[in-house]
Amino acid sequence: MRRLIPHPGLSVLLVIIWLLMANEPTVGGLLVGIVIGILLPIFTAPFWPGRPDVNYRAGVAYLLLVLWDIVVANFEIAWIILFRRNRDLRPAWLSIPMELDTPEAITVLAGTISLTPGTVSSDVSACGNYLLVHALDAPDPEAEIARIKARYEARLKRVFK
Amino acid sequence: MSGLGILFDVIISVLIVIGASFALIGSWGMVRLPTLMERLHGPTKATTLGLGGMLVGSMLYFMLGEGQWALHELLISLFLFITAPISANMIAKVHLHELRTQGDDAVAGPAGRPAAPSDKANWATYEAPHADSVAATSES
Repeated sequence: MRRLIPHPGLSVLLVIIWLLMANEPTVGGLLVGIVIGILLPIFTAPFWPGRPDVNYRAGVAYLLLVLWDIVVANFEIAWIILFRRNRDLRPAWLSIPMELDTPEAITVLAGTISLTPGTVSSDVSACGNYLLVHALDAPDPEAEIARIKARYEARLKRVFK
Repeated sequence: MSGLGILFDVIISVLIVIGASFALIGSWGMVRLPTLMERLHGPTKATTLGLGGMLVGSMLYFMLGEGQWALHELLISLFLFITAPISANMIAKVHLHELRTQGDDAVAGPAGRPAAPSDKANWATYEAPHADSVAATSES
């Protein structure tokens, strides 16, 4: 079973995306989707050696939190763009020390940071332990770093074990 | 047209107008913020909700109004969420590269130049990833 479906989460995701692409809920489409969902992970397995186990329940909770934060982020950025003068802005570079130790988790953290309030991830350090983030308005960089670590990194540690 | 139909029309119109406004604000941010790194914030965020609002409006219109199955929009937002951070990251990396190669000619912006994170390592744009770290590529 483990060899036939090496990555059950990816298989399910592929079936769902296939059905969305077909844009029609048919039995034939579902069957083709299942075939793709089984074949693709087998062929792409060499591309993700040593991948971490994913806690899907924590993953879905994380996804909902991020979606909510994206909506809030949009209002905050819109407010800054419309009503803040450039000379009142306090842009800053943050270097965030990370405790995450897998490329998958770091990628998700970087993506989350780019999509949420006033921050864009710009680079990772050569040792893989720091993330360079540009903040649009961070009067207190230390507090911003602490917020990102508490809100996203702590949750991601539970998603990728 | 029933009362419910009008309600749906109102909801769909509101979603599309809100979406369009956010897209407009995001683009305005690109024009008025001071330098490149600040300008990156407009398109990565304000436009995600802008597009999201318009796509949800379109989805509701086809599913409720026309009675068609329309979930393509979910895929569009999925791909947008995957690609937006990556393009922002690439632009930021090019900016970092310019800050170093062009020296004093490069415009650093109000945030200045990023300091190295620690004594042992610099940012990956400036220094090859260390071999046995998570930043390492499989070949290094």
